[in-house]
Amino acid sequence: MLRVASRRLLQAESAGFRWVAASRDFHSTPASAAPTPEAREQKDWSAVLDKSMNTLFLTELFRGMNLALKHFFDKKVTINYPFEKGPLSPRFRGEHALRRYATGEERCIACKLCEAVCPAQAITIEAEAREDGSRRTTRYDIDMTKCIYCGFCQEACPVDAIVEGPNFEFVTETHEELLYDKEKLLQNGDRWETEIAENLRTEGLYR
Amino acid sequence: MAPRCRRYPLPLPRSSTGSGSRRFISSPVDSSVAAGSGVAGAKGSTSKALNSGVAWYAGIRGKLYERKYGSDFYKWGSGASLGGVRHARVASMPAVGAKFDAKPEDCIEVSVDGKDVTVAKGMTVLQACEVAGVDIPRFCYHPRLSIAGNCRMCLVEVEKTPKPVASCAMPALPGMKIKTTTPLVKKAREGVMEFLLINHPLDCPICDQGGECDLQDQSMVYGSDRGRFIEAKRSVTDKNLGPLVKTVMTRCIQCTRCVRFASEIAGVQDLGVLGRGGAEEIGTYVEKLMVSELSGNVIDICPVGALTSKPSAFTVRSWELKSTESVDVSDAIGANIRVDSRGPEVMRVIPRLNEEVNEEWISDKARFAYDGLKRQRLNEPLIRREGQLEPISWPQALKTVAEAALKVNPDEMAAIAGKLSDAESMMALKDFMNRLGCERLWVEGNSEDTVADLRSNYLVNSTIAGLENTDACLLVGTELRIEAPLLNHRLRKAVRNSRAKVGVIGPETELHLKAEHLGNSTDILASIAEGKHPFAQTLSSAKFPTIIVGSGVLQRSDKEAVLAAVQTIAHKANVIREDWNGYNFLLLNAAQAAGLDLGFVPGSRAPVGDKKSIKFLYLLGADDLTPEDIPADAFVVYQGHHGDRSAYRADVILPGVAYTEKEGTYENTEGRTQQTSPAVPTVGDARDDWKIIRALSEIAGVKLPYDTLNGVRARMLAVAPNLFRVDELEPATPLPKESLPETKGKLDSSPFKRAVENFYMTDPISRASKTMAQCTAAYGRS
Repeated sequence: MLRVASRRLLQAESAGFRWVAASRDFHSTPASAAPTPEAREQKDWSAVLDKSMNTLFLTELFRGMNLALKHFFDKKVTINYPFEKGPLSPRFRGEHALRRYATGEERCIACKLCEAVCPAQAITIEAEAREDGSRRTTRYDIDMTKCIYCGFCQEACPVDAIVEGPNFEFVTETHEELLYDKEKLLQNGDRWETEIAENLRTEGLYR
Repeated sequence: MAPRCRRYPLPLPRSSTGSGSRRFISSPVDSSVAAGSGVAGAKGSTSKALNSGVAWYAGIRGKLYERKYGSDFYKWGSGASLGGVRHARVASMPAVGAKFDAKPEDCIEVSVDGKDVTVAKGMTVLQACEVAGVDIPRFCYHPRLSIAGNCRMCLVEVEKTPKPVASCAMPALPGMKIKTTTPLVKKAREGVMEFLLINHPLDCPICDQGGECDLQDQSMVYGSDRGRFIEAKRSVTDKNLGPLVKTVMTRCIQCTRCVRFASEIAGVQDLGVLGRGGAEEIGTYVEKLMVSELSGNVIDICPVGALTSKPSAFTVRSWELKSTESVDVSDAIGANIRVDSRGPEVMRVIPRLNEEVNEEWISDKARFAYDGLKRQRLNEPLIRREGQLEPISWPQALKTVAEAALKVNPDEMAAIAGKLSDAESMMALKDFMNRLGCERLWVEGNSEDTVADLRSNYLVNSTIAGLENTDACLLVGTELRIEAPLLNHRLRKAVRNSRAKVGVIGPETELHLKAEHLGNSTDILASIAEGKHPFAQTLSSAKFPTIIVGSGVLQRSDKEAVLAAVQTIAHKANVIREDWNGYNFLLLNAAQAAGLDLGFVPGSRAPVGDKKSIKFLYLLGADDLTPEDIPADAFVVYQGHHGDRSAYRADVILPGVAYTEKEGTYENTEGRTQQTSPAVPTVGDARDDWKIIRALSEIAGVKLPYDTLNGVRARMLAVAPNLFRVDELEPATPLPKESLPETKGKLDSSPFKRAVENFYMTDPISRASKTMAQCTAAYGRS
């Protein structure tokens, strides 16, 4: 019977069926080569009996149905994505943001360490003295399509100004919209400040 | 085994024998010139002239060591001084690991980290370590400044001394066993570093020195990752040093390099140390700007971020920059510079080491005028239609110019090369105008009837570095500090080191050196020429007398008489002789020397004087003519990179490129050929200057026979071979006394005028510069 089945499968393979893998599992020998007389002699008869009984009483079928039934009553693992979201690590590296101090003063001091460390060269900074004499950027651009989200920029930042926040939903329709400028990054910072601050607080111990 | 390895020729009197080959001649000092000769007690005033050491170190330390190590250790005062040590460092101190040259009897053997090295007597331990190839960390020590020994970072261990010694201030002694890698040394330096960092704000992220800071680098080696200092850090009020130097005095580590630079190099007593201990501050005593044409150099010598560039504050990080080695064109000295650029922008200009030209200093104009390169630029051809300049295509612009040129009689044409023109474009313009039949050409700064027959008459023959050797100098019609700050610094060195006597005939100006103002009248010149004036005696009794004539005298009506009087003085005082030519004609502009060498002067057939006859005027970046000087019916072509004065009068404007954007040959005032290299791309539709003229010549039907830059240079090689030998100085052979031409004309009694009204604004680039405008406002006529 086994041999019949295997021969059928072999025919199925030649007929274009893609069950080859299954037939290979069945035999220890290559599916294309017929078992040699010696191999047939060496077969363990108790194993053959076990397999025959399994096949005869359809135990695999019942085991499978049992598993399906168990999951039917289990808690669901899928989520209704746009309305429900999975958990995020506080170390998650998502969309970039430029933060401000509580006074509203932007944190970034234009030290350009993030620009220097960025392996994708996605960051462009220009700076000059602000009217009050402090060192600030006049331009802070991130090309989000170049960025590889390695997080080096936030690690290089001495004042925790540039951070990769928890937001991962920032798809756009055009490429241009992903070329972030300073204004956009500061907006991100304002929008996500609560979450970012909380993440930094919890992770501060390990950094 | 005589340790005679390599000779570092000092700027000595140059042979000027007929062959014209450059060769350092043998003079009484030649054999003992090498490092430390002054220490060994070389005799005579020549070695005195060579000793650049001065009283700075004199008193205490000299006497102390004399007492301790015997009188031949080093002496100061007449004849010999510790200056020998400094001179050794300045002129022949080798780079790390290199060999130096000295006579065997002037050498001592020391051991550095177990390696035996031979060094000159009088070298310090730090210098001995450098000879051995061991780098010693330092903050206060600077090879061109006096030794302060106050930062203590250079501590090393010397066998049989109880404590680590400050290597910069300790002279090397025979048989000394110096150790630089022992745990004691490491611990000592770590201790010093910890103390230095106590009051340092550690604000590297916002510090402009970040990335190129000595303290930052050293703290990576000797610093700790945490401090033990929990008390309050000190903070210091920032000082206002003017529009060029930004101060953040809290970062200062009191190395006093800037104080020593100001008093020893710049010659202004503006900076000093106030207070003691924790209250020690660098300041200006009273609120005062630092007024010096060399003030920008304190930015380079400051080892931390206390003194940084104000115009480029916060704009740039050292690691973003691309460096290009180039040559400054803001004056005729041709200082060697490094142009640092980011993308298409020049971000800063800093000096490049060249002992024979600028050492490691540059003037403030050379350093800070670069922001003018971004303003007022001409970036497309323009043509005047109904009084307004309108854009036009290149072919049309060239066609218009060619048609206008061909319409005019060659005698009614003229071409003027501007202050910043390179030799290539002047060569092309001269060839082009000559082919059109015009010979009326001149370079700005030269008068319209300059003769370029005798090369030694328009060069600084003593050479820039050689001026240090002078012991008497007469300045005629020049304000040296304003016309050439770096040459003034060399003269200052001569005054400081060998008490050279300086007499000035001309407008009275503070030169920051000890000089006697003889008056501002040609009568004084005449009386010196006749030998009646006391300064005539000073000059003729000097061993290496020099005369510096400013090229401002070329604008005088009696210039021939003035120059003849100067020649008379020169020959009477033996200024020009076989082994020494001290006759110096100081040019004002970068283009002048090359222009004169190329013969960019009016030809014999050229009409002189009346500019009213000019119908076609070609201005190659020339801006000195006011619109009133140019006849109303003349067709004016302006080729240049800045929309400066004369561009407003132009009928056609052809946009050229600035010195940072082209490969151009320049010759400095001592006859040294140097080249600029392009650091940034050209602006808009601008083209290389010589290419514009080459294209124009083809359209005008007088095609020039070269198509490549090398082609132009081959042509220059035929006209002036020295312009082909880059970075070489071509000395000029003076005319023998007998063949002096007859004096023409009489001396005019009118006083000498200032050649440069405002140091900070002399050329189109510096006139367009915002920084230079701020300097003009802050320092007035400096």
